Amino acid sequence: METSTVGQAPRPARTGSGANTPAPKRSRPAAGKPGGPTKKRWFTWTRATPYLLILPAVIMELLIHVIPMIVGFWMSFIELTQFYITNWSEAPFAGLGNYSASLSFDTSQGKQLLQSFGTTIGFTILVVGVSFIFGMSAALVLQRSFRGRGLLRTLFLIPYALPAYAGIITWKFILQRDNGLLNEVLVNGLGIFDEAPFWLIGDNAFGSMVVVAIWQQWPFAFLMLMAGMQSIPEDVYQAAEIDGASIWQQIRHITFGMMRPINAVLILLLTLWTFREFNTPFVLFGAVPPDSANLLTINIYGRSFINWNFGLGSAMSVLLMLFLVLVSGVWALINRKVNRDA
Amino acid sequence: MKIRILTAGITAIVLAASLTSCSSEPGGTDAEVKTITYWASNQGASLDNDAEILKPEIAKFEKQTGIKVKLEVVPWSDLTNNTLAAAVSGQGPDVINIGNTNAVTFQSTGAFFPFDDAALDKIGGKDRFIKSSFATTGAEGQTPTSIPLYSQVYGLYYNKKAFADKGLTPPATWEELVSAATALTDASTGKYGIVIPGGTVNASMHMAFIFGAQNGGSAFDKAGKPTFTSDGMVAGVKQYVDLLATDKVVNPSVAQYTEGAQAAGDFARGDAAMYMAQTSSGNVLAQNGMTEDQYGVVPIPAPVGGDKIGSFVAGTNISIFKSSKNVDAALEFVKFLTSDEEQAILNKAYTSLPVVTGVEGRFTEDTELLNTWTEILTDFSKPLPLVPGVQAFQANVGGAVVSLIAQAATGGTITTDTVRKALDEAEQKMGSTK
Repeated sequence: METSTVGQAPRPARTGSGANTPAPKRSRPAAGKPGGPTKKRWFTWTRATPYLLILPAVIMELLIHVIPMIVGFWMSFIELTQFYITNWSEAPFAGLGNYSASLSFDTSQGKQLLQSFGTTIGFTILVVGVSFIFGMSAALVLQRSFRGRGLLRTLFLIPYALPAYAGIITWKFILQRDNGLLNEVLVNGLGIFDEAPFWLIGDNAFGSMVVVAIWQQWPFAFLMLMAGMQSIPEDVYQAAEIDGASIWQQIRHITFGMMRPINAVLILLLTLWTFREFNTPFVLFGAVPPDSANLLTINIYGRSFINWNFGLGSAMSVLLMLFLVLVSGVWALINRKVNRDA
Repeated sequence: MKIRILTAGITAIVLAASLTSCSSEPGGTDAEVKTITYWASNQGASLDNDAEILKPEIAKFEKQTGIKVKLEVVPWSDLTNNTLAAAVSGQGPDVINIGNTNAVTFQSTGAFFPFDDAALDKIGGKDRFIKSSFATTGAEGQTPTSIPLYSQVYGLYYNKKAFADKGLTPPATWEELVSAATALTDASTGKYGIVIPGGTVNASMHMAFIFGAQNGGSAFDKAGKPTFTSDGMVAGVKQYVDLLATDKVVNPSVAQYTEGAQAAGDFARGDAAMYMAQTSSGNVLAQNGMTEDQYGVVPIPAPVGGDKIGSFVAGTNISIFKSSKNVDAALEFVKFLTSDEEQAILNKAYTSLPVVTGVEGRFTEDTELLNTWTEILTDFSKPLPLVPGVQAFQANVGGAVVSLIAQAATGGTITTDTVRKALDEAEQKMGSTK
């Protein structure tokens, strides 16, 4: 009797969440107190397991993301400067002062923020655009099986597998003016330039930063797109081929068509990551980047950790976050339309 | 049932592991043996060089007192952020040494132990220290939160052979410096008249301060408000940047020199005939293979008619974190490092000047060289402003000068207006800092 009851119990528990499954409710009193009144136990392992399993993640999420975000939001409303960093509660309330200081575009501070914003948008468009095109091209080439495909896949994924800092520091060496590999090739090898150009200061710094960021980002685009393409059934292509569709038509109508939802998610992810990119400019240029490469994140870092004005830095972070929420919102709207149309 | 128990068990283990991982703390201090942590900023030619110099001395201290010292050498690039994190969290070291430039800024955070009279008595009293060095320990009228440890000044190092080959004498005015540098520059062979720390933020602020002072400028007014755009400051920064922009006596590559040792390397290799650096560079040059007889030192010269300022009272101070649970042990350690014996040993190793009276600098047998450094400290040095914003001054003005050098290196024209605009931006950033 006992064996059969217990043996049945897990089955409904697996299909339902365990909370509203009738079978265990019926069976439990019978197994526990035969003939007694039905009493709901507030704790059962079946019911608690999903919550317990998710609890560590929730705690960590709260500790690492949610609480710091709330604290950051609060910081943006106080004058948290060097005088109050050991006792935040004494920092005077600034109201919207930090926000208005960030957004006063007639001051050099506001102008610099605006300029950083423009630089960041340009950087994001270029990095996301090129990474996506590279990723898509490589994924298309490697979609069909051929000799050496595995090797190429591995090769393409190396930048993604390398620790970010190690990769960027290597680029920093390559881009040095006097003894960098790039100038060695361009100036001494090919003789394209008479005088060695600077790649890490001045206007060239922007280009260098974009190249390094693409180098890091595109393998992710490639990986996602490659995985997406694997899920398109081969029959669809065969059917299209029988119907006389050219390779280009197959790519355009089948691959691109079926990849739409994946592309949408990928572009959103790449945009969010690139817009808040910090490692690349910080490792390449240090805390004082050239004007051409002064991304928003570095600007915020400067306000907070160099000028020790954490209130202002937080206000700028909140503004950055609001902008990204806006971008995500617009994406969600467009994507809804895409899904509906599809 | 077994499955359920197993699942629950795993859940409980995962949960327990995650909870303990958040709550676990680094092992507490042993009640029997007192252990203090010492963050030593990088003074030597490398972090290893610092460890080599400090470890035998620390061993001596441990033997004398029974107090254990955990040494961590911190590079300058990390020192401010690490200190900030320690100040905010209260989880820092017990003892730390800092650039005396940062002393007032760090004092304003309230994270450091104030050396009141009782504490000063424990380390031998205030009068043991050289006055100009002790003046850098905190804002005027406030209880100091740091104690001088090593003293330094800026000087102009020149390559004796390069000067002799051209029949030149060490410059006594800025104009002479520029003309000597021009004579010593041959860009086609990679030889330049002078090397500057073009991409180094803190050293660039030092230069802005020194040359601003030579031109009668001051970075702050009496009320402590920044005056970076005053004519003197603008003229001083332009004078410095012009070495690269108009005089062309500097290798443009210096715009990427973010570490002081890179400039030292150029000078030691003979690629630059002059080099403006602090006293402790003697040690760095020695590590780069340049011996003391190969160079001479004179005060950094001022333009004709300018104020004869060649340095500020630079150096390193030592502080105790207020959050330290071993203040007494930390005070013992500070007392040890500032004792006559250790001052003589450490300042010799670091080629810096002692901060206590009665101990003579003896990092060199060359008395002329020693006298020059002492003369610069007494006759050619001006103290840095003792205002809380000095750290931000360093970051913003230093950053502005680095940007100007980068502009000059990439072919940009540097006019008085360009300099003023850059300094104005730096000043506005200060406005938001207070």
